[in-house]
Amino acid sequence: MTVVFEKTKGLTDASMHYCPGCTHGIIHRMVAEALVELNILHKAIGIAPVGCAVFAYNYLNCDMIQSAHGRAPAVATGLKRARPECIVFSYQGDGDLAAIGTAETIHAAARGENITIIFVNNAIYGMTGGQMAPTTLTGQVTQTTPYGRDNAYSGYPMRMSEMLSTIDGAAYIERVSVDSVKNIRHAKQAIMKAFQTQIDGKGFSLIEVISACPTNWGLEPVKALDWLREHMLPVYPLGVFKDSTSREVMP
Amino acid sequence: MSASSCRILLSGFGGQGILFAGKFIATLGLALEREVSWLPSYGPEMRGGTANCSVILDTKRIGSPIVTTPDILVCMNLPSLDKFEPDIERNGLLFYDSSLVNRKPRREDIGAHGIPATQIANNRQMPTLANVIVLGKLLRETNLCDETTAATVMMTIVPERKKTLLEANLAALTIGFHYEDTA
Amino acid sequence: MANKVLMKGNEAIAEGAILAGCRHYFGYPITPQTEIAAYMAKKLPKIQGTFLQAESEVAAINMVIGAAAAGKRAMTSSSSPGFSLKSEGLSYLAGCDLPAVVVNVQRGGPGLGGIQPSQADYYHATKSTGHGDFHMLVLAPNSVQEMLDCAFDAFDLADKYRLTVAILSDGTLGQMMEPVDTATKESGHAIEKPWALTGTQGKRLPNLVNSLYLMPEELEATVIERYKRYALLSEKEVRCEEYFTKDADIVVVAYGITSRVAQNAIDIARKEGIKAGLLRPITLWPFPVKQLMDLAQKASVFIAAELSMGQMAGDVELAIRCQKPVLRCNRTGGMIITPEELLQKIREATTLHEQTE
Repeated sequence: MTVVFEKTKGLTDASMHYCPGCTHGIIHRMVAEALVELNILHKAIGIAPVGCAVFAYNYLNCDMIQSAHGRAPAVATGLKRARPECIVFSYQGDGDLAAIGTAETIHAAARGENITIIFVNNAIYGMTGGQMAPTTLTGQVTQTTPYGRDNAYSGYPMRMSEMLSTIDGAAYIERVSVDSVKNIRHAKQAIMKAFQTQIDGKGFSLIEVISACPTNWGLEPVKALDWLREHMLPVYPLGVFKDSTSREVMP
Repeated sequence: MSASSCRILLSGFGGQGILFAGKFIATLGLALEREVSWLPSYGPEMRGGTANCSVILDTKRIGSPIVTTPDILVCMNLPSLDKFEPDIERNGLLFYDSSLVNRKPRREDIGAHGIPATQIANNRQMPTLANVIVLGKLLRETNLCDETTAATVMMTIVPERKKTLLEANLAALTIGFHYEDTA
Repeated sequence: MANKVLMKGNEAIAEGAILAGCRHYFGYPITPQTEIAAYMAKKLPKIQGTFLQAESEVAAINMVIGAAAAGKRAMTSSSSPGFSLKSEGLSYLAGCDLPAVVVNVQRGGPGLGGIQPSQADYYHATKSTGHGDFHMLVLAPNSVQEMLDCAFDAFDLADKYRLTVAILSDGTLGQMMEPVDTATKESGHAIEKPWALTGTQGKRLPNLVNSLYLMPEELEATVIERYKRYALLSEKEVRCEEYFTKDADIVVVAYGITSRVAQNAIDIARKEGIKAGLLRPITLWPFPVKQLMDLAQKASVFIAAELSMGQMAGDVELAIRCQKPVLRCNRTGGMIITPEELLQKIREATTLHEQTE
């Protein structure tokens, strides 16, 4: 019998705890597949964030550490400097990366740390039950913006990929989405490219994944994907924001 | 001051080489196989304000490294003399730069030595070495060491690659050693 | 003393760490400890090490977490306000059972406080380092030589018990120079770290460094296991020094720079015929409880002398179970107790002692 699909060795056998329609599962699988296909799973060290994806350490089949909220890029820095031969990546949500950990994110990029960050942007705090994130859209209703996010009162959504693309140390920055098969296929290629950037020693790489949170958005899974396309993609356009991977390797 | 214990306070403006003079005495103490401590004042005042430095040489284990009642006081400016003169131990010694301090010491129970160090240093084209001239005088008056030992110590703290600087420092030491008090 | 060199306390800490095999230092500038970072910045790149100036104290301690999780000897240093920021990371280090070394060259607080020497982070170091049930092993050197020795020993202790070892110093000890003998040190002992993150290399199951346990039974079990290690080290690793305590009626308890002042005060007191002695805790946690209890059998008055409003004094009272009065001798905010102030307190204690006889 021909095998047409197989669960990647990059994932453990643990069953995931994510809500129905949550896209973390897809993103985990893409990361795991990339590690296997690039033959780096055996030297990978992953960092799980604080947030829904904290249990990534149960699902990804490589050495893992769980870090404090927002501190993953600093922990990654310590790991990578101590073990430059390993592949070090963090998996972080929008609250983790773009609110409480903004400084760590920006400075890891500024140093050109040779690490990879998978940044999952679903415009909301999932784990704590749906509060406003730095990436929450204007007008979006959350538990802490019950009348909709009012820019004059609680600020504007942050475009991290665009911001980070201005930093010299950033080597590869791309925003992708997992709302369709086509976009998922492309997202996987982007994640592969980010890890390849690290393998080649070219510096900081980050893939922002526009993701759905049906539970906290209060939408059915399919409708959540529609909402993502209709409301998130106009604010967070997909594309490559920085690619200096053709430049010489930093000494 | 006793043969076994010597507590020195050096003071002046930041940039006058107060800490360096202190380091010299500490290094000398090490060469003499004494217990040694060197403690600078630190913080923003080091960049142009007042600076002082406590140095203790002892044959026994040193307790507090802070010198509040010095056996020997070095003052490279008037505010330092005003501040610390009352604290000198009876029969202690005072060395001050008389070209920058425009008054005589008030204490009569101490041995005071005014050296116009800044003026001499300027005349000899070594304007930054007034501290070392005073240091030379201090070493002679206290008999802490002879000129040869002093030169050896200087060679250990001024790196050989800074040959010109070393030579100037040695010259300044010699001037201090041979400076005779005027009445 | 031919092989001794003059070193600043801060430099001695850095050198001690390097001698112990520390090759990863992460820090953020703050007075009065910046010489540690400067020394590391100069030395580490030349010996295949990493010195990194972090964007914040918070980032620095998390970089230490990363390097420690990778199985390497790593450290950071700071001064009081910086330690407030490191609290989170110190709690995670404990929760993850990672070995690390941290140095606090204390200055006056609270708030931005001042930059002059202080011992007002005693509570922070020994009791309230961060959230949750945990301790650091806290070493309190009182000389430049001991700064080097403590930094050297800290890494072995951290690896052995899988905890953070803190060196609680102060601005005076950090800034002063004294002769140091480095010749007696050999490179630190390597300890197997099968838990370290190295990549599986395809040879073992993945390792996990983690402090999250949602099942309370599980979390409680990890804490209890940790406290068993604490009990063991409380039995084996307590360090203190005694000075004229054998016949002492009055025992001064002081650590760090204050113990140096106490030595002067006690020398004068002895000349006056007062039987005063000094107990100097070198480990502040674990505290030398047994040694103090032994002294309490004979001495009649204790004096807790410290550069805080009396943070250690309570530990002295607990150690001797309040069997004898514990007088306080305190300066704070960057002020240092003078030998005369402490001597005055010793004389006061003498009066109390005579009343008890």
